[in-house]
Amino acid sequence: MPYIDVRDVCVRHGKTETLRDVGFTAERGEIVSFIGPSGSGKTTLLRTLIGLQSVECGRMTVDGRMVNMSEPGSAKVLRAQAAIVFQQFGLFGHMSVLRNLTLAPTVVAKRTHREAEHEAHELLEKLGLADKANVLPDDLSGGQKQRVAIARALMLRPALLLLDEPTSALDPRKVQEVSSLLRDLARDGMTIIQVSHAMGVVASLSDRIVLLEAGHVRALGHGRGQASQTPDIAAFMNTHSDDPESGASAGGSPQGFREPQF
Amino acid sequence: MQIWSWHGFFTYLGSPYIFRGALLTLGMTAVSMVLGFFLGLLIAVMKRSPQPWFSWPARFYVWFFRGTPLLVQLVVIYAGLPKLDIRLSVMACSIIGLTLNEAAYLAEIIRAGLNAVPAGQIAAARALGMSERQIAWRIAFPQAFRLIIPPLGNSVNGLLKTTSVTSVISMEELMQRSQILVQDQFMVLELFSVAALYYLLMTTAWDFFQRRIEHFAERPYRRQQRVIPEAVMELPISSQDAR
Repeated sequence: MPYIDVRDVCVRHGKTETLRDVGFTAERGEIVSFIGPSGSGKTTLLRTLIGLQSVECGRMTVDGRMVNMSEPGSAKVLRAQAAIVFQQFGLFGHMSVLRNLTLAPTVVAKRTHREAEHEAHELLEKLGLADKANVLPDDLSGGQKQRVAIARALMLRPALLLLDEPTSALDPRKVQEVSSLLRDLARDGMTIIQVSHAMGVVASLSDRIVLLEAGHVRALGHGRGQASQTPDIAAFMNTHSDDPESGASAGGSPQGFREPQF
Repeated sequence: MQIWSWHGFFTYLGSPYIFRGALLTLGMTAVSMVLGFFLGLLIAVMKRSPQPWFSWPARFYVWFFRGTPLLVQLVVIYAGLPKLDIRLSVMACSIIGLTLNEAAYLAEIIRAGLNAVPAGQIAAARALGMSERQIAWRIAFPQAFRLIIPPLGNSVNGLLKTTSVTSVISMEELMQRSQILVQDQFMVLELFSVAALYYLLMTTAWDFFQRRIEHFAERPYRRQQRVIPEAVMELPISSQDAR
């Protein structure tokens, strides 16, 4: 039985079906990438996994616990197991970096301030942001905001980390940093799901690839590197590898993969 | 008859009758503003609700109280409530009328402030598991409040002068008292200058107060040590000098 099993997700906006019978699985500690053309439903699918999107149908099993995603109370259960990092980060502008990290643990999870702050400082240290604890989000660069958003998500100790375009705001050097961070987290047992247009990152990080097209799953790939690239996926990645943020051309030759520098 | 009497001006300026009128104006403004703010906040939140049971009454409220004259609202309250066997003082009727009217305008100001809080922050707070109430009090209100202080200041200034409309239900506030004294010695310019001076004093006092509130609302943005973002630090020295 897979660690994460998502099945039959349907989302409707008025008369249009944004997602139709979407499903995928993942094992603990794997990195899953959603790829596909704009408007194919990648971000919508990501949002369903944390209850930010009302679904017509769909169920999700994490570690044997099944959640019916169309039930009213499902958002709470989904949010207890997952955390999300948005493309625009959504950092609270009137709070310091430290408070951004400790707010949910103290007011939602009811941990003590002392404990939450201790953990937040440790995380910031780990992400190279130790000196930014008392800074406001507006005073951070894009890459720093990204790491703060990841740190805030990690404070919840999620089983599942969702990332929407985690590398789109970053220069190539920062892309490598974030990639290696995600690798480390996955190695520690966290399952990571990302939406990405950066085919270089997708090729180098993914254990599984979900290719979406017009709201349904066109292809599922599984395996490190090229193994995950079914013909459809490889074709898509080849035609989209000229994205400026993707860095290297993906698919095709093994030289196309970019291993993050550790 | 002389054009301007300094004696008359200073006599009226020192008149306890006029002074008490000014205090009444100030008191009505303060009470109506505070009550109107909380009512306006409630209406703004209701109007933003996706539930039509909440949003439609709020829309109707704003439509009605902004669309009809305050003068009419005051008369209806003053003349209508006794018919329902509710007897209130002129002061109470004035404050109710001013509050109901002001709340409609404040609701729109507050709504604009709430709309300005980035939707991404709200979604992030939801994803972090925060309840709608926690999101409102910890994320939305504090950031909206800072934005609405300047338009709120406009409202206070306007309301200070709008209180004079309550004279229509025989409230003897600053303006009404000035007009009563005009009947006495016909010193129109002197009396109205005194009234204007009182209004100016009160709006000036509010200006100081508003600055204190802004100072308070800026607190979270000031308490943090402000650092220059990396992007700026990486600029060559010459372009930094040019700034």
